[in-house]
Amino acid sequence: MANPAVKQDPLAARIEGLTLPDGAGWANDARGAALSRLTAMGLPRKRDEYWKYSDPTTLNAPEAPRAGLFVTDEAMPFSDVDRLKIVFVDGVYYAEASDDLAMEGVEIERLSDALARDIHWARDHYGVLETRGQTPVERPLAALNTAFATDGVVIRATGKAAKPISLIYLHKSETSDAILHHLVKVEEGASVTVLENGPAAARFSKCMEVEVADGGQFHHVRAQGRDHERRASTHMFARLGQESVYKSFTLTVNGILTRNEQVVEIAGDNAVAHIAGAALGDGATGAFHHDDTVFVTHDAVDCESRQVFKKVLRNGAEGVFQGKILVKPHAQKTDGYQLSQSLLLDEDSSFQAKPELEIYADDVQCSHGSTTGAIDEEALFYLRSRGVPEGAATDLLVLAFLAEAIDEIEDETLREDILTRLQGWLDRHRG
Amino acid sequence: MLEIKNLHVSLEEEDKQILKGVDLTVEAGKVHAIMGPNGSGKSTLSYVLSGRDGYEVTDGEALLNGEDLLEMEPEERAAAGVFLAFQYPVEIPGVGNMTFLRTAVNAQRKARGEEEMSAAEFLKVIREKAKALKIDADMLKRPVNVGFSGGEKKRNEILQMAMLEPKMCILDETDSGLDVDAMKLVAEGVNALRDEGRGFLVITHYQRLLDHIKPDVVHIMAGGRIVKTGGPELALEVEQNGYADILAEVA
Repeated sequence: MANPAVKQDPLAARIEGLTLPDGAGWANDARGAALSRLTAMGLPRKRDEYWKYSDPTTLNAPEAPRAGLFVTDEAMPFSDVDRLKIVFVDGVYYAEASDDLAMEGVEIERLSDALARDIHWARDHYGVLETRGQTPVERPLAALNTAFATDGVVIRATGKAAKPISLIYLHKSETSDAILHHLVKVEEGASVTVLENGPAAARFSKCMEVEVADGGQFHHVRAQGRDHERRASTHMFARLGQESVYKSFTLTVNGILTRNEQVVEIAGDNAVAHIAGAALGDGATGAFHHDDTVFVTHDAVDCESRQVFKKVLRNGAEGVFQGKILVKPHAQKTDGYQLSQSLLLDEDSSFQAKPELEIYADDVQCSHGSTTGAIDEEALFYLRSRGVPEGAATDLLVLAFLAEAIDEIEDETLREDILTRLQGWLDRHRG
Repeated sequence: MLEIKNLHVSLEEEDKQILKGVDLTVEAGKVHAIMGPNGSGKSTLSYVLSGRDGYEVTDGEALLNGEDLLEMEPEERAAAGVFLAFQYPVEIPGVGNMTFLRTAVNAQRKARGEEEMSAAEFLKVIREKAKALKIDADMLKRPVNVGFSGGEKKRNEILQMAMLEPKMCILDETDSGLDVDAMKLVAEGVNALRDEGRGFLVITHYQRLLDHIKPDVVHIMAGGRIVKTGGPELALEVEQNGYADILAEVA
């Protein structure tokens, strides 16, 4: 691969202040290999095909841009959910606020502990799905994460996890630059739910690799918010075995720059992958740019994938969706669905969408749709004519617009929790 | 109840006058019907009274119990007691019919400084009223008007009217798209709401709805004005002779 020198210098500057954390020999090798991948690719550039709509400059900068702390009395997401809490402050595991990591059905360790051991299951997983996810599209920020991640958790579900595992990212320093890497391995027939929330850091890089064995189930619900100045680049890499299930939902509010990538490889027959997101941005409370970049590969027979992404944008907020379904030649009976929609509440906001289907099998059912629209004035008048004030009527229509994405959250308690966050945001940002 | 004086209205988008001096008073407890040929301004009148965008009032006024309606937002008019049963009820995917109605009922109560209705009380009341209109539980749960037949949409309008208990009910071509049985059901719903304290303005193209909702007064509208006013017999005259005779007579 050609690597113009122009890409190298920013990279040298970016990693100058970072050191490869030391661990067991295999872990050092994995980090070294990630660094080689990164060096070969260079940092993303604005003119790269996959960075056409989002500017990576602040993610590439040597220092994290300062981000103010968001202070609120409101309860954090998932507060009422019975869960096992694992807390990170500015990207560092914080034992005092975390629960005991022992739980039925699952083994949890801190990443550094796992990577320090000569013999550990993580050996066959750390950086593996990230590496696979580099083809056919390069994701240099993920390689950077694998190389330099300073903390994280490794989760191995061996049965039905007793409670959701809740990763809570607190942000206390205005200049923190956090790099977290998590590994999840769901063994045959096992199941686990992982929750994520919190602003994390001034700049946040997070990578999660999720291997779901045959018949396993992985559920993921994430709430990104509580900070207007967040800059975040996150990656989920997943590989699914036979009859396994992967369901991921993300609610995003606020944030100067959020790039959420999902790379899902459906490798076993009859597997199901659902990836959904609802994002709300209000440019009046700071710049908002949200980018969902999704790549689903069907590499097995009779599998189903759904991508449902909805964005509500106002006051100059920007939304991006890049979603792809790749169906390999033998992946017959694939049922692929992709929907990306934005609701622009004014003329200053914008939405860019790049839906892609690449299909090599002949017996498949794939559909995609992308729309950008304004609020339905007829519906708004109808609601108002029944006495619903304009703000509340708009909120009702916004919630209706988001419903298809929210409904992807299977668990009712979690769905209600997300709806509560959503309602709170709407109340604070009533136009 | 409702006083419309010398109302002149133009379309905002184009320089076109639709209403050219409408005078009309609807008393509490009375049912007034407005009939008229297509394009006479009947529906415009209903939209202007309920506050829809796109119209400019160039002269005249509309008062509800002495309050200036035209100065109010649509939701304020609703809270003050105006209700428009739409000719084409709007479909709202994703918003449950029940959620919508409860939000509306409580928003109006709140605006009037009244106590909000509890979920249990609301459920009890709506079940009772829905039953009378043959609206089943499924229709209440479904998104507002989505997948409803023409008749179901109109029954849903009447259900909303029954729940909101407005002072001034405006029915815009409520009979359009209804078969005879559906029309009877809708008319029964309207008749059940007839009350000393409530006024009705029934806009219709045909006389047949007025067989079921008996009006006290019938107005003929043409060219943006009320051109003739009379008793129920005026509707029969239209039914027999069409509008041509009346229009020729007043021309």
